[in-house]
Amino acid sequence: MSDAIFDVWVEAIKAAEPVCLVTVVKAEGSAADSVGNKLLVRPSKPALGTLGHAELDRVVERDALAELEVGRSGVRNYGAEGQQREDDLTVFVESQAPPPRMIIFGAVDFTAALASTAKLLGYRVVVADARPVFATRKRFPMADELRVKWPDDVFDEFGEDLGPRDAVAILTHDNKFDVPAVVRALETRVGYIGVMGSRKTHEGRTKRLREVGVDDAGLDRLRSPLGIDIGGRTPEETAISICAEIIALRSGRKVSALRDTEGPIHER
Amino acid sequence: MKDILDEVAGWRKAGKQVAIARVVDTDGSGPREPGAAMAVNEDGEVIGSVSGGCVEGAVVEEALDIISSRDRRMVTFGYSDDEAYAVGLTCGGTIHLYIEPLDW
Repeated sequence: MSDAIFDVWVEAIKAAEPVCLVTVVKAEGSAADSVGNKLLVRPSKPALGTLGHAELDRVVERDALAELEVGRSGVRNYGAEGQQREDDLTVFVESQAPPPRMIIFGAVDFTAALASTAKLLGYRVVVADARPVFATRKRFPMADELRVKWPDDVFDEFGEDLGPRDAVAILTHDNKFDVPAVVRALETRVGYIGVMGSRKTHEGRTKRLREVGVDDAGLDRLRSPLGIDIGGRTPEETAISICAEIIALRSGRKVSALRDTEGPIHER
Repeated sequence: MKDILDEVAGWRKAGKQVAIARVVDTDGSGPREPGAAMAVNEDGEVIGSVSGGCVEGAVVEEALDIISSRDRRMVTFGYSDDEAYAVGLTCGGTIHLYIEPLDW
């Protein structure tokens, strides 16, 4: 196989490996001839190519890996030798991240709607429930993966790979499943942890989580009750509410989240 | 970019000269995110898009020019301060494209 940057880049994208292509798109002063220079950045592999200066490559590789982790593409400015807050060079950082993952615990009515909505948004969806009678392929044909397993086993399988773009939605409403799922989710770097339940369920669960050692910082990471306050009622509307909350958290927009409001979640 | 890779790799394999235009930045309500891309080959064949169809015609002209000149540059479409380009975006936003030959 050719080691041209384009060919390595295409291979990585086709193999669904995370890869970031950095290109100098504008340059001034002493760096003026560096337009078009490239650096191909991959996690745990040496970078390929050069932007024209070793220190610049080092700084940009670090920044590109951070952008890749959140799946973001855009321009960044540097000095000719990688200085921050200078703008001799403008580089375009193009992230190709594999699709984010959503793990849904609980094979309940809401799960199919949430799995379908997450698929629409490009997630690879895992549906997990320890009860074989509910966690069936027939009920969840849209799931990429189905696991008839306890939360501990599911996190043993997927937990280490979860990152800021990924999501965990816990829809079981049963402390027997909810509590271990929350505890293990908090041990990961996952960006979104939503837990379903009425406000009363939420209070009982919070008490139980404190008993098993979850601290304020942990509780603060939870979106519980999950979703934004749009008065959703059906499983489909609830799925939209949950996904809207995930989008709003990513974009940093202020929305009325159910966990921050009071009163009944559904209209009576 | 992902969506046009197969086609572009095919052109390259066939020895065609190719230019790639990528959205690198947008101001206001740009219709496509950074990373959206289109490619043009020496025969004038086009794949992909960089807007909702507003500026693609002008990008093809730029790309063909870049195929012959081997130049690489940023091009801005939309109403920026200097209004240098006659081609606007219906959404009123501005997109910054980087266009270069596929010689890497």
